[in-house]
Amino acid sequence: MAAELHVELVAADRQVWSGEATLVVARTTSGDIGVMPGHQPLLGVLESGPVTIRTSDGGTVVAAVHGGFISFADDKLSLLAEIAELSDEIDVQRAERALERAEAEADAHAQRRAEVRLRAVSVR
Amino acid sequence: MGAQLRVYKRRIRSVSATKKITKAMEMIAASRVVKAQRKVAASTPYATELTRAVTAVGTGSNIKHPLTTETENPTRAAVLLLTSDRGLAGAFNSNSIKAAEQLTERLEREGKEVDMYIVGRRGVAHYNFRERKIAEQWTGFTDEPTYADAKQVAAPLIEAIEKDAADGGVDELHIVYTEFVSMMTQTALDARLLPLRLEEVAEEKPAGEILPLYDFEPSAEDVLDALLPRYVESRVYNALLQSAASKHAATRRAMKSATDNAGELIESLSRLANAARQAEITQEISEIVGGASALADATAGSDR
Repeated sequence: MAAELHVELVAADRQVWSGEATLVVARTTSGDIGVMPGHQPLLGVLESGPVTIRTSDGGTVVAAVHGGFISFADDKLSLLAEIAELSDEIDVQRAERALERAEAEADAHAQRRAEVRLRAVSVR
Repeated sequence: MGAQLRVYKRRIRSVSATKKITKAMEMIAASRVVKAQRKVAASTPYATELTRAVTAVGTGSNIKHPLTTETENPTRAAVLLLTSDRGLAGAFNSNSIKAAEQLTERLEREGKEVDMYIVGRRGVAHYNFRERKIAEQWTGFTDEPTYADAKQVAAPLIEAIEKDAADGGVDELHIVYTEFVSMMTQTALDARLLPLRLEEVAEEKPAGEILPLYDFEPSAEDVLDALLPRYVESRVYNALLQSAASKHAATRRAMKSATDNAGELIESLSRLANAARQAEITQEISEIVGGASALADATAGSDR
């Protein structure tokens, strides 16, 4: 059996996803980072961006994560986010509307959130 | 129907109507407790992971941060008091207000000026009525707090603690909330949130676990900078959720005893109503008998 790591993706008010994976790619404040089993213990600050999890059965889980942390030790990886949504939970039309609204109101944060959501969907 | 009997009947009707209302409120509160408890449970993974991360940075590096270092002479403290928006919850609000008063008194004895931050209409009303100063107040979400509400509450607190006491900031942050122990027990308690005692945080994690040496990305300072406000938010969120669950449990209990009391009242009132009805009947009989004998006496007299 190939080495795998246990991933917990938790938002402030719920557990979003949990399972085994072979690779996790996330965006930290100093750039994208890929974590594979056996990585050295890591604690980083996440930027809002899509997180890609390659599960051990060959599938891919993409989630939009807004602000949070990544912590990895002993082949256990936790992604903590204030808000996290799996790509198949994201309502594309709503995100598009949110993007338009954010652009109209020049709200950079909201715009970024909407863009991240849409990007997470397009990777799917 | 006699006047007395009519009064009893009317009271029984009014008490039964009240009983129906309290019974309904009891059931609503019971279902809300379960929901609130589920929310507390759902927020636990995040809180646990966050605590782990804070411990990891705190023990794995020797950095100083305004949120973890104690001021030598603390002069100002902020107290965050969590109450509910609505009453009908027994002693729930008065207990937490009392706990806050005691804490304030203690802090003032230690020579600290206290700023009050209050969540919930009940607490706000209590302080407004006494014309005491409230630094900041929030209402309207105590029944079902969301994480966004917790962020909103935590933001001015974090801002205040990052400022120097001389510029209107605070040195310490305390929180007063009602811990949900079980359906029957909820205790109002106070806890010091900031400055953080990392040793205490470390004790919360399961014993025997050795924390690995982490690689910090981008740096330990930056991680701690980002981590601590989230930690405070998560603690405030947890306290809000526990307060909400406690409030619903207290409401349920208060409404249950109100329903029970209404039942007892109805019983004793029906006893009284029955006695009044019997007394009425007895009186009517004795009136008839008395009238008949008076009539008999009268006819007997005219006969003679």
